[in-house]
Amino acid sequence: MSGTTDSYKTNFTETKDIVFKIFRYEPDVNPKPHFDTFTVPVVKGWTVLDAVMYIKENLDSTVSYRASCRMGICGSCAMEINGKPRLACQTQVISELRSKEVVIKPLANYPVLRDVVPDLTPLIEKHADVRPYILRKDKKVEVNPKGELYQTPDQLEEYLQFSYCIKCGACLAACPVTGADVKFIGPQALTQSYRYSVDTRDDGFKLRLEVMDHSHGVWHCHFAGACSEACPKGVDPAFAIQLFKREITARKFGKEVEPARLARQPADVKRRENIPYAPEKTVKQ
Amino acid sequence: MKTVSLEKRTLPHRLGIGGWAYGGRYGLERYLFILHRIAGLSILLYFILHIFITGQKINGKQAWDAVMGSVGGTWFYIGEYLLFVAVAFHAMNGIRLILSEFGWILGKPKRPIYPYQSANMRIRVFTWIMMILAVIIMAVGGFDFFLMH
Amino acid sequence: MRDSMFWFWHLMAAIVILIVLSIHFGVMHLEGILQMFGIMSAGDVRSYAEVLVRAKTVAYLVIYLLLMWFALYHGFYGLRSIIVEMSDKMSKAGEIVVGWSIFLFGLGLAIYGSYVIIAGFVLANA
Ligand code: SF4
Ligand code: FES
Repeated sequence: MSGTTDSYKTNFTETKDIVFKIFRYEPDVNPKPHFDTFTVPVVKGWTVLDAVMYIKENLDSTVSYRASCRMGICGSCAMEINGKPRLACQTQVISELRSKEVVIKPLANYPVLRDVVPDLTPLIEKHADVRPYILRKDKKVEVNPKGELYQTPDQLEEYLQFSYCIKCGACLAACPVTGADVKFIGPQALTQSYRYSVDTRDDGFKLRLEVMDHSHGVWHCHFAGACSEACPKGVDPAFAIQLFKREITARKFGKEVEPARLARQPADVKRRENIPYAPEKTVKQ
Repeated sequence: MKTVSLEKRTLPHRLGIGGWAYGGRYGLERYLFILHRIAGLSILLYFILHIFITGQKINGKQAWDAVMGSVGGTWFYIGEYLLFVAVAFHAMNGIRLILSEFGWILGKPKRPIYPYQSANMRIRVFTWIMMILAVIIMAVGGFDFFLMH
Repeated sequence: MRDSMFWFWHLMAAIVILIVLSIHFGVMHLEGILQMFGIMSAGDVRSYAEVLVRAKTVAYLVIYLLLMWFALYHGFYGLRSIIVEMSDKMSKAGEIVVGWSIFLFGLGLAIYGSYVIIAGFVLANA
């Protein structure tokens, strides 16, 4: 009871001074990386992103960061906050970090473009490598299916968790193997590879295996679990990779999976009157 | 006039092998990973020596006693115990890894509803049990190594 | 593409080692405790006489051979993984060279070790 009334009473002008140490790297001005310190009057409810925005607006306009949605859905604002990769826009300064000093660094294992802006090219390239889309032997079905592909709710649950990835790249920053081995595919791409490979509508397991099953492939995951700990969306990449290992082994020993069939178009049905037609397609095929 | 270059001038920021030892404030498993490696490599090194040393048994009693005498000192004995410790840890952690790398004990995927629970956290208790077992084995071994001889 | 099978046998070897090594360790290191419970006959397990007693039986022959082969495979696969992870600048050819050198080194050890174990068996039974 008091909880609800309290939140109405919260004084949003009351502030708490928190020290922010931000990693700085400006290749055109000062190629030597260093830390800048700012004291920010943080209001209860502020996220780290709010504080960094405050710094840029009021204290030092040269501080660079990347953010877009401010609600944990675009995956732009991942940075290392107090020793762990997190989304700045989803990290509460007062109630979550609970420290007087907040240290912000760019994500590890990526080249730094400027300040806390990492160059996510490795993430994107690896993601593209695993072909993260439905593949079919029959290209006609892949490109322009003439109906739905069957999938039961249970089959959906098999991969649904792994489809919540927002490509923030936090998992690659956490992974010890990615840190040492750039060629390692990394948790994000492996998870997406699994997500599509166990999708019943997909038929590309063999093709993806070429990218998974080599000397820098899936077998270099040793279940350190740091990726799952870092993932801000609960995707649990480490889990997906272990399931993937089991699946690959099972298929190597002869497990066969038939991809889902196209649903047959219902014949002999009459369209009820008064139902409006879908608008014209804007993209011609 | 000051010009701004358009070419990317990035700062390398990979943790590299140092990141195995420390990478941030992560949980238990990321540090078990490096311990597992160190233990494994030391066991391998010992094992190679072990093959050559015990290989002396085909050269008769004298050769055997000579080689056993040369590795019989206190330091070797302590080293052997450390190896026992390494094996106990590597084995217990290895059981956890085999069971989870085949996905047998990790459960089923479930929708990510906050607060998220990773598969690793689901089996944390098991991880601790394995570690406690390892410690018990080390203690039993230590008892035999140092108190019964 | 063979890496999946390498990995699979790495884990299978681990299971074999787990079983066989517990026997080996029980006998060699926990002998004090085992003797206390009367499971093993007393005596210094490291004396030459005892070594020959063990080398004589077929059970030990099998145990030692299994342990050595699987442990060599398991260990050298692990070493290769670590080397590959640590040297991502290495070319594909370099990786193949490393893989084969490790394989040949391990094979050499396995041949020598098998020779010792079998020769010990023959010697003890002579
Ligand atoms: S798996 Fe998680 S941590 Fe990795 S990129 Fe996707 S959302 Fe980010
Ligand atoms: S700004 Fe979009 S995820 Fe944080």
